[in-house]
Amino acid sequence: MSDTQVILYRDVKKGLLVALWFMFLTFPIMVIKVNPIDKIIIWRWQNMFLVGGASFFLYLFSQIFLRKRKTSSQGDQAAKPSRLPFQQALITESKFFIPALCLFGLFWLSFPWLFSTYQTNIMITALMYVVLGLGLNIVVGVAGLLDLGYVAFYAVGAYSYALLNTHFGLGFWTVLPIGALLAMLFGILLGFPVLRLRGDYLAIVTLGFGEIIRLILENWNEFSQGPSGISNIARPGFFGIDMSLDAAISYTYYLMICLVLATIFIVNRLQNSRIGRAWFALREDEIACQAMGIDKTKTKLTAFALGATWAGMVGVIFAAKTTFVNPASFTFLESAIILCIVVLGGMGSIVGVILGALILILLPEYLRAFSDYRMLVFGAVLVTMMVFRPQGIISNIRRTYAIDEDLGQNTVRQKE
Amino acid sequence: MKIWAKTLSGKKSNMELLLEINSLTMDFGGIRALDHLDMQIAKGKIVALIGPNGAGKTTFFNCLTGIYTPSGGELILHTRDQVVQKLNGLKPNQVTKRGLARTFQNIRLFPSMTVLENVMIGHHCRTKAGVLGAVFRGKKTRYEEARIINQSYEILENVGLSSFVNEFAKNLPYGAQRRLEIARALATDPQLLLLDEPAAGMNPQETDELNELILKIRDQGLSIMLIEHDMRLVMSLSEYIFVMDYGKKIAEGAPEKIQNNPAVIKAYLGEDIEDVT
Ligand SMILES: Nc1ncnc2c1ncn2[C@@H]1O[C@H](COP(=O)(O)OP(=O)(O)OP(=O)(O)O)[C@@H](O)[C@H]1O
Ligand SMILES: [Mg+2]
Repeated sequence: MSDTQVILYRDVKKGLLVALWFMFLTFPIMVIKVNPIDKIIIWRWQNMFLVGGASFFLYLFSQIFLRKRKTSSQGDQAAKPSRLPFQQALITESKFFIPALCLFGLFWLSFPWLFSTYQTNIMITALMYVVLGLGLNIVVGVAGLLDLGYVAFYAVGAYSYALLNTHFGLGFWTVLPIGALLAMLFGILLGFPVLRLRGDYLAIVTLGFGEIIRLILENWNEFSQGPSGISNIARPGFFGIDMSLDAAISYTYYLMICLVLATIFIVNRLQNSRIGRAWFALREDEIACQAMGIDKTKTKLTAFALGATWAGMVGVIFAAKTTFVNPASFTFLESAIILCIVVLGGMGSIVGVILGALILILLPEYLRAFSDYRMLVFGAVLVTMMVFRPQGIISNIRRTYAIDEDLGQNTVRQKE
Repeated sequence: MKIWAKTLSGKKSNMELLLEINSLTMDFGGIRALDHLDMQIAKGKIVALIGPNGAGKTTFFNCLTGIYTPSGGELILHTRDQVVQKLNGLKPNQVTKRGLARTFQNIRLFPSMTVLENVMIGHHCRTKAGVLGAVFRGKKTRYEEARIINQSYEILENVGLSSFVNEFAKNLPYGAQRRLEIARALATDPQLLLLDEPAAGMNPQETDELNELILKIRDQGLSIMLIEHDMRLVMSLSEYIFVMDYGKKIAEGAPEKIQNNPAVIKAYLGEDIEDVT
């Protein structure tokens, strides 16, 4: 017990090495500053010592923290050898959950009145990523199919609205289902060739697929107007009423809230259904899953198709919100961010993915105060998170069933 | 065929055929893991498949359940409604749907799902609810879900796992995991249950419980085929035994006959002969 509390000599030595390594790594950006006008180099040595000191202490703290956790979790295991995770109780316990939900609901509903248009716009983006995250969560988190080209379906949705609107004058509400269906079609299209692939191979093929879609949009000028993109796309309409920009943004905001709610509702029902169980089983063990009578092909295709559908819908909303689309919005980085949302939030957990999306999208915005170091801090948060909680914010919560046999026959109460 | 029926139990009249395996062959590159295997499995019996390590027993199960595609031979199933069907070339899920369910030698549960969910998965091929059903959750879907849950719970009670319902499968003790695999297979409503070394890693008490469980399942009208190295279990349970070595069937017959079969004893030389005799 004693050696878990104190800082060992070994840790100090390692900490010094870590500090040295970080000083070396950050040397070019933190220490050297070139002044091109006076043609001189400014050496900011004090920064080097700051970095060294900070990384040394951070290392020591993390060591102490990790060790404490290890011993406490060992204690836990001895005390109660097998229990569903703590969060399960937290989220399934309605007396805790419902008031929190009401509060949240009020906050989200009054958001456009409480904050500026700028803030509302950011929140719309965050909500879009919530839906994208929930969509990708079906594919990656639930069915366990690593899809790195998810942004392709997002692009399909966005461009279907852009093109149908500019060429045929179709309205937002007409294209929303069309975009969703087109994306679904592309999901199935991608699904077929990759049915036999797993893990890394699947990741590479989907990555390629995403890039193909982007390259087509970038190079097929007659079709998509290439890199310059399509502008002057109509904003979402509301029975033909003319809206001011502010009103239009608030309207889009509420639209997104509705979509988020619908998505949560549907994804939740899907996960707790026969299909959802099949997805989870597919993620856990493909061979056992098949041996239990689950059609692998059908299950994978539904996952791809449904995941893509959400991306398509958000794509349409994206095009309507920004009134402009070009291929630069659909790079691999987007796929990576959406994937980060799912992994950070917790694979297969709806609440986790929502939190993940809000953190990942809002954090960089509100970190603007740190100006240049914004992305650095962002990266540090991500790395720390994955080191200390590799299973994501909310990890694998399974539904539990209460079964009582009073009436001689099992009556089943379902807890959600 | 006639000779086989006689040796099995003497009662020729209720000897219904369930599965015919004709000249089944499986090659892995240069290795012939199954070599022209012929077997006939009767309905409602406990049949054992034994043989030294690497004899090809698991490979046989894999061919039978569609995980491997056999290089040659025929697998013919006589289904419940008296239809004769070929199993060759079917996908694993199609084989399961036709009434063959299996467990795995190296446990393949869904570790991060609860025990109940593991069994609920087994009901997949006997239920219908699709995407729309899941979203709208109509009366039919809700009824089906309730039925799945009830039946799964019943199966868990049957195999003695009802106290673990909401536990993660990976947290179960080893013996319980093996029984959960059986429960999950039972949920697919099979007519033939294929057990690949169900007693491996079990202590004597767990093995005795398993023995009882298998008899109980047989009494419910299922046929059971069992791969096992625990000769005590094999001899006490099985009504008929097939012996394999190097992918070939080297003997078959009632347990007493197999115990004294010189070919079998020879195949097991180097392993514990005490166990066989
Ligand atoms: N996928 C495969 N690829 C190549 N060879 C295989 C494959 N599966 C099995 N084999 C080979 O087939 C032979 C039979 O293996 P199998 O696993 O069926 O034996 P077994 O009778 O189940 O043995 P055990 O009692 O140890 O489980 C072995 O020589 C094995 O190496
Ligand atoms: Mg084996």
